Amino acid sequence: MDDLNQLLLGFQVALTWHNVLFMVVGVLLGIVVGVLPGLGGPNGVAILLPLTFGMDPTSAIILLSSIYWGALFGGAITSILFNIPGEAWSVATTFDGYPLAQQGRAGEALTAAFTASFIGALSGVVLITFVAPLVAKFALRFGPAEFFGVFFLTFCSFIGMGRENKAKIVASLALGFLLAAVGLDTISGDLRLTFGAPELMKGFDFLVVVIGLFGVSEILLTIEEGLHFKGKRAAIDLGVVLRTWAGLPRYWATLIRSSVVGMWMGVTPGGAIAASFMGYGLAKRFSRRPDAFGRGEIEGVLAPETAAHAAGTSALLPMLALGIPGSATAAVLLGGLMIWGLQPGPMLFIEKKEFVWGLIASMYLGNLAGLLIVLATVPVFAAIMRIPFALVAPIILVVCAIGAFTVESSRFDIWLMLIFGVVGYVFKKLDYPLAPLVLALVLGDRAEDAFRQALLGSGGDLSVFFSNALVSSLMILGLLLLVWGPLGDLRQRLTRRGGNDQPPREIAGSGAS
Amino acid sequence: MAEASSSLPERGLSRRLVEILVALLLIGIAALALWDSYGRGAGWDNGPENGFFPARVAAILAIAAGAVLVGALRREDSVFVTYGQLRLVAQVFVPLFLYVLAIAFLGIYLASALFMGLFMVMLGAFRWWQVALAVVLTPLVTFWVFELQFRVPLPKGPVEAMLGF
Amino acid sequence: MGIAVRAAIGVLLLTVTSAQAWEPTKPIEIIVPFPPGGASDQMARTIQGAIQKGNLVKQPIIIVNKPAAAGGEAMLDIQKSAGDPHKLITTSSGIYMTPLATKLPVSWKDFTPVAMMAQDAFVLWVNAAKPYKTAQDFIEAAKTAAPPLKTGGNGSKREDHLISVTMEQATGTKITYVPYQGGGPASVQLAGGHIDANMNNPAEEIANWRSGSVKPLCVFSPKPMEYTQKVTADMAWSDIPTCPSQGVNVTYQMLRGMFMPGKVTPEQQAFYVDLFQKVSQTPEWKAYLERNALVPDFRAGQSFVDFLTEDERKHKDLMTKAGFIATN
Repeated sequence: MDDLNQLLLGFQVALTWHNVLFMVVGVLLGIVVGVLPGLGGPNGVAILLPLTFGMDPTSAIILLSSIYWGALFGGAITSILFNIPGEAWSVATTFDGYPLAQQGRAGEALTAAFTASFIGALSGVVLITFVAPLVAKFALRFGPAEFFGVFFLTFCSFIGMGRENKAKIVASLALGFLLAAVGLDTISGDLRLTFGAPELMKGFDFLVVVIGLFGVSEILLTIEEGLHFKGKRAAIDLGVVLRTWAGLPRYWATLIRSSVVGMWMGVTPGGAIAASFMGYGLAKRFSRRPDAFGRGEIEGVLAPETAAHAAGTSALLPMLALGIPGSATAAVLLGGLMIWGLQPGPMLFIEKKEFVWGLIASMYLGNLAGLLIVLATVPVFAAIMRIPFALVAPIILVVCAIGAFTVESSRFDIWLMLIFGVVGYVFKKLDYPLAPLVLALVLGDRAEDAFRQALLGSGGDLSVFFSNALVSSLMILGLLLLVWGPLGDLRQRLTRRGGNDQPPREIAGSGAS
Repeated sequence: MAEASSSLPERGLSRRLVEILVALLLIGIAALALWDSYGRGAGWDNGPENGFFPARVAAILAIAAGAVLVGALRREDSVFVTYGQLRLVAQVFVPLFLYVLAIAFLGIYLASALFMGLFMVMLGAFRWWQVALAVVLTPLVTFWVFELQFRVPLPKGPVEAMLGF
Repeated sequence: MGIAVRAAIGVLLLTVTSAQAWEPTKPIEIIVPFPPGGASDQMARTIQGAIQKGNLVKQPIIIVNKPAAAGGEAMLDIQKSAGDPHKLITTSSGIYMTPLATKLPVSWKDFTPVAMMAQDAFVLWVNAAKPYKTAQDFIEAAKTAAPPLKTGGNGSKREDHLISVTMEQATGTKITYVPYQGGGPASVQLAGGHIDANMNNPAEEIANWRSGSVKPLCVFSPKPMEYTQKVTADMAWSDIPTCPSQGVNVTYQMLRGMFMPGKVTPEQQAFYVDLFQKVSQTPEWKAYLERNALVPDFRAGQSFVDFLTEDERKHKDLMTKAGFIATN
């Protein structure tokens, strides 16, 4: 109960006028950096960091963490409207968000995404408030074998259920793994698959590939149909928010499941990106109509957004309690903490109580402020779909080029974006699923690193992956999910045998795997 | 996009041809990866060597692409994209390609302005002042946001250098 | 002839700090070859803050992170920017190690050395629950352990790995080194007991040290650190004994410095030497040094070049012995 008093005290600190002002400024700025691909939370935080040196630490962290909230919300906007994930964790949001926008339901999709973000983030904050030190200690139990277990589980929960040609799913997944392997190998310190080309040395950045595969290719696909966007008739009144909300309680199971998955991935620290994919994969698994996923299912927007933001928020917990940044933004915040003379780590909760609780209180308020602000902008963003294609398309492409460049400040990445734009166009038309490629690209080398780190430690003994209860249960759960998919397929096929169940192949929806 | 099932016999690029080309390309990538991985060691030396996984994955990729290739040869051919659609796609792709090329020489600001103008004139029905406005505003707004506000330097060319940036 | 005269002027300018013939005319980019939040990034942002607060330069300072390929990409970028006086790069030992380990066609000799800001110490840390009290205890345990004890650190064929292998060779033990994605993960892995020791910089372990989950055994420096203020209840940085005094004859420190691209004029170089001289006097910088327990060691001009030459030779020697030099 002492904690609760501390929290109330924290609210008093956070609710002063100038702190509320910082919150609003931070959220708005965060939305801007979240919307522009390539610029992310880390940029926003890093840019403002020097300005905050003169401020008192509590106001400074409120301002900076509000940017974080804004960026979390903002990442979903371009994913839904233009199929361009503003942040890596919004990729899974495009799978159903963009088809919804094409059907003229952009307002609904945006509302669902924002609300889901809010719920996910809120569950993360509640976790931080009540069980911080306890849960933080749990993260220490994760060695390389356990990390591999988490990644394995993510892969298993997501793949093996596509309706596409199985060979194409495998090819797409394998290509993703290969792309992830390009560049410097952490374990051996050698360059791999670069063929002596300095441009390949840095490997394929996830965001650059995704901007090309999803964003650029979508413009090319759209123009085949003529010079217009499909989602032109988007409703542009605030009523859409209330109408969407009315339908949300139905998805309580998905929201809870994704929150739990996200919190787990944030603390462990599997990360928000893995969480979003896992949330999406599980929602599809448990859904009564998995076939509707990838074609504009509200649940397919809710699940990844809730999971990503529960994870993103929970990731702040290891940062505060252990001094490990769970994300790049958290890393920059961590640097900021130290510049203000605060040493993150277990002692922070004891020595700087008012700061910690001020921060936690600002998380509640910043998250709420963020939700209100982004919901108010839903009609504005939905109205973008009404702008003529010949004006919006070049703007999107310019933003894509800038985004691809800013990720690594590399001109070569703009060419890569173009190449992957063509790859995405061809792959989508040939029914190669893109989602497995993206998943393997983002988690492939991390899974491989963890695998090899574990074997280095065990002297090459594979039993390390079943050496304790934690890693064994992760692996077994993964294996179960892996066989569940094909078994379900088989059962469906047996029961439906004889019927004309030709799977529709001509859906243009993205990454319908 | 239901051209495959529609009865209109519109002429276009053969889907089978594209399937085969993509599958061959994937096999080529797999071969490159195999060659690179075995060059560095793809065995198991107290745990996987650094070429172990890329080599296995490349082999899987080659097999999967092979299966796609066989499937493409056996399935009935259809139209990948009609020539009419291809012309539309080219209308976007060619300016985009020139844009990326121009960034290397002119920097991103000037190239973006030219790209905006070209795109709007070619594909839209805008009045001249609308185009002019877009051409002027695009570089100015991006410059203000990225260069001045976020302090993210974007590629610049000779014109910016003349202006002292 | 002309070059010699200009160089002579440059040397003069180095000594006469008030003479400034050149001033930056556009924003200055500091390239950080590490991800945001890392030690180099923090140094760059501290410098950025110190410069802005003290208004030492009229132009803004921009920080660009290029962490790819262990900093190799950032180094190639600086190499390509020869003659550009508005670019700087923060450097660590990676400036010799990355080219040696990956055969990257780049060397610090292609750049213009500006200043060394400090040196970073490395400390042998173990989990506090372990019975080792001295470095000697750890080495004794390593000699008999089966399977071998595990150390962990940032990446492969980098500083931590080099120390681990050098320690193995100096003491005749067998130790398994596990590479992680950075010092942060290595710190957590040690606190969680997944590895037996790490060689992190003071800043990377201070939190866990204070919370009592890890303890330092010795510092890989020729003499103990200077900071005498208590960090934990009963110990200060200066209380950590040196490794050689504990019978582990391994010393290693890492430079933290600033370089410019090659082919800049001596006036331009002099401007930045003067700037960083001023930065090193600011309270922000001094607080940063103390917080991270860095060894203050400002060098510029010839003394910096001499240091680099010697340090590179030492790295080449150590890396050859450790078998880190790229062969293929």
